[in-house]
Amino acid sequence: MTAAPRTAAPAAVRATPADPATAAPGLAARPRHGRRTLRIVSPIVLVAAWEAAARTGLLPPEKLPAPSEVLSTGWRLAAEGTLAVHLLDSLQRAAIGLALGGGLALLLGAVAGLLRLGDDLVDPPVQMARMLPHLGLVPLLIIWVGIGEELKITLVALGAFFPIYFNTYAGIRDIDERLVEAARTCGLGQLARLRHVVLPGALPSLLLGLRLAIGAAWLSLVVGEQVNAQTGIGFLMMEAREFAQTDVVLLGLLVYALLGLLSDLLLRLAERRTLSWRRGLKAT
Amino acid sequence: MATRTKGDLRPVLTAGGVRRSFGAALVLDGVDLNIAPGEVVALLGGSGSGKSTLLRILAGLDPDATGAVRRPPHQAVVFQEHRLLPWKRVIDNVSLGLSGPDVRARARAALAEVGLPDRDTAWPAELSGGQAQRVAVARALVREPELLLLDEPFGALDALTRLRMQQLFSRLRELHGFAALLVTHDVDEALLLADRTLVLEGGRLVEDAPVPLAHPRTPDDPAFGTLRRHLLGRLGVVA
Repeated sequence: MTAAPRTAAPAAVRATPADPATAAPGLAARPRHGRRTLRIVSPIVLVAAWEAAARTGLLPPEKLPAPSEVLSTGWRLAAEGTLAVHLLDSLQRAAIGLALGGGLALLLGAVAGLLRLGDDLVDPPVQMARMLPHLGLVPLLIIWVGIGEELKITLVALGAFFPIYFNTYAGIRDIDERLVEAARTCGLGQLARLRHVVLPGALPSLLLGLRLAIGAAWLSLVVGEQVNAQTGIGFLMMEAREFAQTDVVLLGLLVYALLGLLSDLLLRLAERRTLSWRRGLKAT
Repeated sequence: MATRTKGDLRPVLTAGGVRRSFGAALVLDGVDLNIAPGEVVALLGGSGSGKSTLLRILAGLDPDATGAVRRPPHQAVVFQEHRLLPWKRVIDNVSLGLSGPDVRARARAALAEVGLPDRDTAWPAELSGGQAQRVAVARALVREPELLLLDEPFGALDALTRLRMQQLFSRLRELHGFAALLVTHDVDEALLLADRTLVLEGGRLVEDAPVPLAHPRTPDDPAFGTLRRHLLGRLGVVA
């Protein structure tokens, strides 16, 4: 169950392919910055081709407007303040949903990971619920909580719950029992062992869970904000579709992508700070 | 870390009728054991004889064992693996679970004693096997134990490092006068370090003999060879 999320290993432990030391001998001759430059060539070519095709009329603007047009639309909406309003509402939904779903997942994951009784009582229903695609619950959730804010927040919370639950559970279970034992011989009581052994030991897994949860939260928001929203990036896109403003639709996608990128970046930064002891592991 | 006075003849550890079974297999079948203050006892036995099980019971890590164990107020354990917390720096590993205003100074002193005075801010992963084991010894030492329990503490080290660690152990023992129970499968190590050897077989202690050799001991001493042959014979190895 944890095999899939685990493959998305933190970048900190992944070897850089461009690193000359780890590259194959044939590639080692090519300097590092040379390869990095090469890797941005194709995206630039693609965007340039898109721009050119849109300007020459090869791409009809109502299907796919030029990237420059999307950017200028973004600039206009940002200057008007519209973008900020929608963005803040989306962020607020994501934050509340993450806090609720993630908090509950942390609690239940810890109960199931730490206590045998908790494992027996909590884990089976969670495992069963995991099989339901949470975005497929939208019709049911509309019946239960309506089409207001509750729906969006519930969807985000549901999306965030599972990755955090499973990674909390796995993180606690994966802790080396021998370290817990050593801590006991050093006179650490139950609470002290939680603080000095279990929490730091499970932290890499917790952060991985949080990263996956944030990804799931954005995804849930994309779907949730298309159901009767009055604000939010998803609403902006749905409204633009009605008026055939393809540039605004694309802008919404761009904003979602940037949000995902930014949250990933922030979490990697947090990982690097809290898991600095792993740098030692890499050095040996 | 003051040297504890010897004189007191009350054992630092008393164990009586210790039994432990795993399912149908009876691993310990009534073990009685006393360790005097400052005494180094080596516990020998073949693989799977239950010597590590006994040490874990004496360390208080096995709630399913039966029998009576009276432990000293301060005891510490050194395992075969260093068991340092990888997310704590060396100094924080040494001072784990200690409190008081001078904890850091005491931890630094213990690190200096094991020959690692300048590795206090290193991460465990940056240490060699021998260094990590020295830190584990420092972590035990800083607790000023009356009794040190060692579970094949030098077994995972290379031969040279093992010799150095054995010398370090003798020196620290000389300095602090702690009693020790040394679980080992290495007869030479037992004869080099211990005042008394025990042999565990079939869940019972089948031999309990003093080591009448003067310090410093060397394996090329003829008396050492005689004892060595005897113990190996007891362990079922014809030397």
